Amino acid sequence: MNHITNRQAICETLMEAAENDRTIVVACSDSRGSASLAPFAQAFPGQFIELGIAEQNLVSVSAGLASCGKKVFAASPASFLSTRSYEQVKVDVAYSGTNVTLIGISGGVSYGALGMTHHSLQDIGAMACLPDMRVYVPSDRFQTACLIRELLKDEKPAYVRVSRSATEDIYGEEMDFTLNHAHVLAEGKDAVIITCGELVPYGVKAQKELEKQGYHVGLIDMYCLKPIDEEAVRRAASQADVIITAEEHSPFGGLGSMVAQIISRETKKMVVNLALPDGHLISGSNHEIFHYYGLDDLGMVAAVKKARSEG
Amino acid sequence: MERLKKKAYELRRDIIEEIYNSKAGHVGGDLSVVDILTVLYYEVMNISPKNMKDENRDRFLLSKGHCVDALYMVLGDLGFFDKEEAIHSFCAFNSPYIGHPNTSVPGIEINSGSLGHGLSLGVGMALASKMDEKTYRTYVVLGDGEMAEGSNYEAMMSAAHYKLDNLCATVDLNGLQISGTTNEVMCTSDLGEKFRAFGWNVIDVKEGNDCGSLLSAYQQAALCKGRPTAVIAHTVKGKGVSFMENQKGWHHGVMNEEQYQTAVRELEEVLS
Repeated sequence: MNHITNRQAICETLMEAAENDRTIVVACSDSRGSASLAPFAQAFPGQFIELGIAEQNLVSVSAGLASCGKKVFAASPASFLSTRSYEQVKVDVAYSGTNVTLIGISGGVSYGALGMTHHSLQDIGAMACLPDMRVYVPSDRFQTACLIRELLKDEKPAYVRVSRSATEDIYGEEMDFTLNHAHVLAEGKDAVIITCGELVPYGVKAQKELEKQGYHVGLIDMYCLKPIDEEAVRRAASQADVIITAEEHSPFGGLGSMVAQIISRETKKMVVNLALPDGHLISGSNHEIFHYYGLDDLGMVAAVKKARSEG
Repeated sequence: MERLKKKAYELRRDIIEEIYNSKAGHVGGDLSVVDILTVLYYEVMNISPKNMKDENRDRFLLSKGHCVDALYMVLGDLGFFDKEEAIHSFCAFNSPYIGHPNTSVPGIEINSGSLGHGLSLGVGMALASKMDEKTYRTYVVLGDGEMAEGSNYEAMMSAAHYKLDNLCATVDLNGLQISGTTNEVMCTSDLGEKFRAFGWNVIDVKEGNDCGSLLSAYQQAALCKGRPTAVIAHTVKGKGVSFMENQKGWHHGVMNEEQYQTAVRELEEVLS
């Protein structure tokens, strides 16, 4: 059982890179603890900026720093970063094309029991609508570290959503990683499950269970939401009759919408979108919420079987 | 000082030309802010077409981005691009000279237009200067109507927190905004007190369209250590064109030919 969160993986990766790169700056909105970035702040005080609980200022100040040559990583809870400071993201980061990576921590229903104020079910759709904004939802700590290393190599804006709890390991230290290429974890002709982030381990379980029951099911970890790996989606649709998407997001504008857009443009294959409902959510831990709304392995297994029986 | 005043009036004439040609723009605010821009660009800041890639150049942000018409005339006059081209294509189809600052126009540091962003961006630029132990200064020009945006106060707080004495904000306090007087729309009176309360050095410029007074304010601002400076420039909206002065209708009014001729004549009189 892995206990290292993706937030910690980000901090470790940035600390490693900051040893040789003085242009890396981390900015927080009283969120260094919740973002697990306190070790960075301690080790590199000259490269850390605290803005207090002021997310609008966090984003614009980050853009100002980036326009003067800094590689800025601005971390704040996804719920606030993607709504309170949305216009700052639109104008000062995306429109101006500043070298700011926005880290949306505790995304989705990570703060499940704290209520809707702290959920971010709109961040993927909202960010993806902004021209030139890239959107990533990595699954495990290894993929997260690879992603951050790659993002450090270019100067373009990006939004990265990570969850609060540790995700079970999917990959290892030596994983292959190419930016904007999905990870195909299994191929199958009966159905392909496309998911991302914290739901990927559930996808792994579901895929194994379905294989046991005699279904040949594929699984794609689509950590890159924008630009989405269209080729991986097309390949999945050419192999299987049914595509199941599963996401920790509103049913609008996220992974399911994006996949359906590609598939409906080119094929007549069926797409089933598993997402959180368009409504006030039940409260509980994130895993309880996933289970309640059918986003865990049981939900995915049921969705595949239902689609197959209907197909 | 006569040289700066003359320059500001030449630029006013260009602004009128640009606005009349395009039937677009924000003429009232352009005429109130143009002296501030003139003093900063022609006397205070080290920004020129030659040093735009120099890391040590000063940084300028027009937070009240709708007055970009005035900024285009300044940048064109300084040789960043062909001023005539800007006058004749301002807000035209597919023109880079759109109605708010954007980086496809040489000399513009960063995109703006939505109010309440510039001061925070300026804080970031001034922080970067401190981190890199550079000496460049960052100048941000805001509108008084814009001071109703709450994000400005987040920026003010952080600028004082980080003791950004390399940051200088100017409020073009012309007392008018699109719906009426600033006090009627949303009272932002005692702006100087607000900046002071956040820990800023404040310089009140009673004659905000007077180049000499502005220049002396910026010289004082550069000497202030340990605090950012706000220059509160009491200006006249529509300054220099009698029928536009202090009239909210000229926030983004469009001139007919007679008004255009009158405006040009009045400005020429000052210049001669």
